[in-house]
Amino acid sequence: MFRRLKDKLTKGWMIFCLVVVILLPLFIGVGLMVKSSLLLEKHSVWNLLFTSSWQPLEGKFGFLPFILSSLWITIIAILISGPVCLLSAIYLTQYAKSFVLKIMHPVIDILAGIPSVIFGVWGLLVVVPVIARISPFFGSAGSGYTIISGALVLSIMIIPFILNILIEVFRAIPEELTESSLSLGATRWETVKYVLVRKAFPGIISALGLGISRAFGETIAVLMVVGNVITIPHGIFDPGYPLPALIANNYGEMLSIPMYDSALMLSAFILFIVVLVFNLFSRFAIARLERFY
Amino acid sequence: MNGTPKIIIRNLNVSIGKQQILRNINVQVPENKITVLLGPSGCGKTTLLKTLNRLTDLYEDVNLKGSIIIDNEDILNTNSDITMLRKKMGLLSQRPYPLPMSIFDNVAYGLRISGIRKKKILQEKVRHYLEQASLWDEVFDRLKDPASKLSIGQQQRLCLARGLAVDPEIILADEPTSALDPISSQAIEEKFMELKQNYTIVVVTHILRQARRIADHVVFMYLGDVIEQGPAAEIFSNPKMDRTKQYFKGAFN
Repeated sequence: MFRRLKDKLTKGWMIFCLVVVILLPLFIGVGLMVKSSLLLEKHSVWNLLFTSSWQPLEGKFGFLPFILSSLWITIIAILISGPVCLLSAIYLTQYAKSFVLKIMHPVIDILAGIPSVIFGVWGLLVVVPVIARISPFFGSAGSGYTIISGALVLSIMIIPFILNILIEVFRAIPEELTESSLSLGATRWETVKYVLVRKAFPGIISALGLGISRAFGETIAVLMVVGNVITIPHGIFDPGYPLPALIANNYGEMLSIPMYDSALMLSAFILFIVVLVFNLFSRFAIARLERFY
Repeated sequence: MNGTPKIIIRNLNVSIGKQQILRNINVQVPENKITVLLGPSGCGKTTLLKTLNRLTDLYEDVNLKGSIIIDNEDILNTNSDITMLRKKMGLLSQRPYPLPMSIFDNVAYGLRISGIRKKKILQEKVRHYLEQASLWDEVFDRLKDPASKLSIGQQQRLCLARGLAVDPEIILADEPTSALDPISSQAIEEKFMELKQNYTIVVVTHILRQARRIADHVVFMYLGDVIEQGPAAEIFSNPKMDRTKQYFKGAFN
């Protein structure tokens, strides 16, 4: 009697939950846009994104130092961890015995599960002092709180996410492809270089894209080691002030100033857009590339 | 035995982990003939084929005992380069696996790896081997297209062309027509009949009719053992062992 009704109800709830999940990012995006509109009405987008003078009390909101800091840190972090992950994934899937991969899976999961504040503390205790020690050789004053410190901490943090995808990507390649290449007289390395990496290329792009999305939004660990000085960084041994840190450091204190509040919302909106664009781009790239391979 | 042996397999035992896959195999493969490894699925045909060019090295816990002698060299107990050894043998697998590159590059792959760089020579060779595999007429105007765009029958012929391009002496084919439509299958079979003048061909199949059509020499296998072997005419007209008779009657597959 009630079974049919129950069936219908459960299905309804499932659809409801699904719709919530789908609409959530949309609402967040729209909310951020509305909240930042106050600032956007007073200043041109160009002015906000490409000027570097940040004096909220005087009504000057130049986001360039924050945007550049975020870009520097993200790009360097990917440049460090991308090759590390790629080579690890190739070794684990092509050369290592299968028990090594079995050991590595929980290790990667543990790495992914470490709270980011712990990475921040590690950065403070280890990375910052080391960078402080070596930065004078690169012609920098050397507090240790620099772009490179943030990038190093970040590069470690994103390893599990990139590595996990890359392992899956390489495992999905049929063994027969390797056999074909070997039987044509190629060595293992030639097979990896010319065949497997090519076959995995769409997957590699998507893994790096996801890594970039994560890196761009990472807040606390980076905030603890980059120095948070509002200047345009001119080198990796300069301090920086990435966008997420701007929000985290100031939100809650500046609510009394509507413009400031709006400015922080705009930085959140910029983060949101960048992550969105990167996700869409890597998806699009995958679709295009997969058609070719 | 008819003809001179190209491959001599002596007392070959293969196990993976604790499982014995092949038991005490003694087989001679005659030169410039089509030898068919025949038998029901899971009897070890494919493993035997992969042992011949040491692709078994890719598997963990593989244990090989015995010897496989090709051109007076025991390839299981040798210090020479396995890469060179594999080049002697072209491999055609159950389904075509085109390399993730263009049609041209698929055929040129082995050539480039063996050091041929001159564009003109590559073009000539690619054309020659595509013609050999009866594919040239269908693809000559789209050599730069990805190989994955070809039909599956065309892909299999492409795999044949790229295998021939490295100038092997032996062709190993593992149920090469099992994924193909009848017309493409026929094309492959006809190609084999033609190629056997210059190559020694080993074909794995469980299709009895196919074996009848192409085999010069038959090796019948069952659950890791060679049950019976000999010239095709003899085996098909007058099988000696019960298992073979049963299989020919279609008692099991």
